[in-house]
Amino acid sequence: MDWQGQKHSEFLMQILLVVFAVVAFAVGYAIESFQMMMLIYASGVFLTALITVPNWPFFNRHPLKWLDPSEADRHPKPQATAAASKKKASKQK
Amino acid sequence: MGMHSFGNRANAFVTFAVTILAVMCSLASLSDNFNVHTPTADVKVFNINWFQKQPNGNDEVSLTLNISADLSSMFTWNTKQVFVFVAAEYETPQNALNQVSLWDGIIPSKEHAKFWIHTTNKYRFIDQGSNLRGKDFNLTLHWHIMPQTGKMFADKIVMTGYRLPEEYR
Repeated sequence: MDWQGQKHSEFLMQILLVVFAVVAFAVGYAIESFQMMMLIYASGVFLTALITVPNWPFFNRHPLKWLDPSEADRHPKPQATAAASKKKASKQK
Repeated sequence: MGMHSFGNRANAFVTFAVTILAVMCSLASLSDNFNVHTPTADVKVFNINWFQKQPNGNDEVSLTLNISADLSSMFTWNTKQVFVFVAAEYETPQNALNQVSLWDGIIPSKEHAKFWIHTTNKYRFIDQGSNLRGKDFNLTLHWHIMPQTGKMFADKIVMTGYRLPEEYR
């Protein structure tokens, strides 16, 4: 998931859960059914988890643009830099 | 594991979802405060079956009661059940308040909240002493409204003007 994706998924997660909670409470109160409130919220939780937790392609539309390798080759760097950038690259998920 | 892995997102998700759930439950409990309940109750002593002094000196009486009540106004969307009990309450030289539970019941729903029961006392009416002859007493209907979630409410209706016989029978 890229940086933009992380931001979107967290925002979506919070908005969806709050919206489902408000709807669940309103419906439950209106028809006087605590069970209905719980059912609506449970469905909302399930759906929201499905949308915002897995790493969907939707969250990977803004990949980081790394420097072109040929550009890097023209300016040889000490070993330490290569190791550091490799480590950083493996961190991205 | 990165700073924003699957597990990390799942953790944040569950935390937020459960927090919201707690808020919903709190609001549901708070909404109970808007409910105005107007219960009615009436208990009549249909018969005094027997009244005697036990060998150990304690008085015991057996009653037949007619209990009628309408508790349906107590039920809200957040009510699980209502527990009710009828207690005989009286004063003795030793204790300012004696409470003896005579009957109790669990009302599971609004549909069962209006009821009429003809019953002998379910639990024994025994005084710790010999104070019941000619005793004036109250019959009090106590209730505990048990919610699905949140605060429990308890209250009572006191009915006065009952009196036990002067003599054992």
